[in-house]
Amino acid sequence: MLDQRPKGSATAAGLLIKIGVLAVVAALAVWAAVPLIAAEAWWGLALEALVVAVIFYVYLQRRAIQLKYLIPGTLLLLAFQILPVVLTVGTSFSNYGDGHRVDKEQATEAIIAAGVQQTPGGATYLLAVGESAAGELTLLLTDTADGSTWAGTEEGLTELDDATVDPTGRITAAPDYTVWDLAELNERQAELAELAVPTGPETGIKVQGLSAFEGASTRSYDEACDCITDSGTGTVWYADNETGSFLTEDGEAALVGWRVTIGADNYLDVLTDPDIRGPFLGIFAWNVMFAAGSVLFTFAIGLGTAMALNKPSMRGTKVYRTLMILPYAMPSFAMLLVWAQMFNRDFGLINELFNLNVNWYGGTWSARAMVLIANTWLGWPYMFLISLGALQALPSDSLEAAKIDGATGVTAFRKITLPLLLIALTPLLISSFAFNFNNFNAIELLSGGHPFGAGDAVGGTDLLITYAFRQAFGSSSADYGFASAISVFIFLIVATISAFMFRFTRNQEDVYS
Amino acid sequence: MTVSAPVKRKSRPGAAKWFGDTGWRHLVAIAVLVFGLVPIVYVISAAFNPNGTLSSTSLLPTGFSLGNFEKLFSDPNVPFGRWFLNSLVIAVPAAFISIFISSLAAYAFSRFRFRGRRPMLLFLLLIQMFPAFLAVVALYLIFGSIGEFYPVAGLNTKLGLMLVYMGGALGVSTWLMKGFFDTIPKELDEAATIDGATHAQIFFGMILPLAAPIIAISGILAFVGTMNDFILASLFLTDRPEMTLAVGLKTLTAENSPASYFGIFAAGTLLTSILTVAVFLSLQRYIVSGLTGGAVKG
Repeated sequence: MLDQRPKGSATAAGLLIKIGVLAVVAALAVWAAVPLIAAEAWWGLALEALVVAVIFYVYLQRRAIQLKYLIPGTLLLLAFQILPVVLTVGTSFSNYGDGHRVDKEQATEAIIAAGVQQTPGGATYLLAVGESAAGELTLLLTDTADGSTWAGTEEGLTELDDATVDPTGRITAAPDYTVWDLAELNERQAELAELAVPTGPETGIKVQGLSAFEGASTRSYDEACDCITDSGTGTVWYADNETGSFLTEDGEAALVGWRVTIGADNYLDVLTDPDIRGPFLGIFAWNVMFAAGSVLFTFAIGLGTAMALNKPSMRGTKVYRTLMILPYAMPSFAMLLVWAQMFNRDFGLINELFNLNVNWYGGTWSARAMVLIANTWLGWPYMFLISLGALQALPSDSLEAAKIDGATGVTAFRKITLPLLLIALTPLLISSFAFNFNNFNAIELLSGGHPFGAGDAVGGTDLLITYAFRQAFGSSSADYGFASAISVFIFLIVATISAFMFRFTRNQEDVYS
Repeated sequence: MTVSAPVKRKSRPGAAKWFGDTGWRHLVAIAVLVFGLVPIVYVISAAFNPNGTLSSTSLLPTGFSLGNFEKLFSDPNVPFGRWFLNSLVIAVPAAFISIFISSLAAYAFSRFRFRGRRPMLLFLLLIQMFPAFLAVVALYLIFGSIGEFYPVAGLNTKLGLMLVYMGGALGVSTWLMKGFFDTIPKELDEAATIDGATHAQIFFGMILPLAAPIIAISGILAFVGTMNDFILASLFLTDRPEMTLAVGLKTLTAENSPASYFGIFAAGTLLTSILTVAVFLSLQRYIVSGLTGGAVKG
């Protein structure tokens, strides 16, 4: 199998492949550099050059061979795992979110644009409204003069290609946007009334019914007092650089603020704000309960089944085992959705089979029982497989010795089998705990966090991760800063668990070997 | 005491002895199987249910029709074929590339001794405890700005989503593979080196073929994990025809979708699972050893 040719020719073939790969890298680098140069993003260009230089250096040197094998994974790891973690930590110290998406200049422009009054002869537009993938409110505009299509946000106006329009010219669909239907448009009219798209220093586009117009603003920004004055109404907003918003003298904030670093406020909110602290502790307690319960139930069922099937002379074990893998092999996301339907109050299978009339989604504890049952179903085959594997790997001599000493079933299990099993399986049990601690899918697909009390932001079955996700991307106003802070909390908790795991398993290894 | 136990057992009648030895095992297995198989039977029953509504579905099928499967491929609102294709187009290359990359790293960790080797290994174990979706907000920002420069890899693109999945390439599978590579005798490498093989030839020509089973298992676990991902996929792919199976099938059970979509959803679930079940069952022997291998070899 091995190439036995002399070294020279072998490296020649390798050399050709190496040159080929590096040529592809160089071509990609040129392709990637073009848009960066066009946008004059010099930092990006420098970063790209650095990455390419590192790649070329690593593959052309001969001393540190291990780097040649480590560099592809490391680069991906840096870009898509470590950088996101670093950015998450950074965002958690800011007020980034709805109302604080832009920088101060853009916020000023948006507020000025909100004071726009129609001027004779200004452009008018047919209006549709959409949400970008980021949930940002966007005016989808069709110029009534020439039919060109535009997308307007509080940051400004950009031309929109590939929009689908109806016969009147109104936009009905556009790539990357979810377009609102009329009902939603009516419902959220208030949000629209506040939105304005800046088009120049003192001009902007404002919504009026189902159309929009461009006009001049009665508001202007004065650098001397760092404030915005509305000459029409006489209102003055002063910039508050600490919270990133413009405030009137009564302390009322203008709708658009800007992004600032607010220090540890997001963290302190979790610890001190009673409106947040209470629910947060509640979620945390349930989160631990959910993860521990999931591990406990799945392991109990999995181990019990494995013990029952761990007898070579028993007939049918193969068939049993094959059938037991089935729940594990089914796509879990789909089975979670099936379970969600099985717990339907009126038509679901569970109520039908057991002749119950439980509104599973209605009560906190019934919903919690529901997600635990479904999650146990998903997880036990895994526990069964690993328990069976570990049982079969147990040293048979210690069990025989125990039998000779008279230890019967239960005693032998408790004193010998279980401790030995736990040594082998503890790392897997702990990583199962860590996995379930952040089991977003189970909650999101089963209960969506329900039940929600009236006006509550926190549902009875919410985990920290689903709660953070809803804070960032939910239908209510997005608060990326706060969501990131919760993410960091979760990081810390999981890191503590893993540290504990390392310590624990290392101690056991010492005992075992 | 050591004598009394066997004597007591011998005196039991045959049926009781059989139950004590084997019978209870069957009872446990059957009880657990009922729990395990009920939802699966229910999905099958729903998929072949002619009405397709939740209310008309019971555990055992009451009628038989392939209507749900037909609708899966004819209903313009349910581009199941596209979803299936999207899932495969994303999951197969992502699994392949990430397994290749992590096998490279595993080779480095298994065969080379260098400074920072152990800290790096520990760091990998730690970072994979932070699932990528915990950093969704940041990923969102990153890909938003990537999209500004390179529209092919921004938000709402398959390439962008694949990059995120590949970012997690170095992780648990690197550990699994390193454990397996460690069991391949180093003498083989030395013999090959003496014969004039380069490190690349040893890796591609010897280690990779020898490690085929563990690579297959890691690949399958990566593939299934990607297929099941919901949170990142729902964030990245929002256009209906661009969705993956997980995101698309979820929309069929949403509160505002027609009641008869439940049958279509069940049919889709069944078709999706054929793929994964076939893979799992054909490789179940390797899966058991792959799952426990990580724990035993550590």
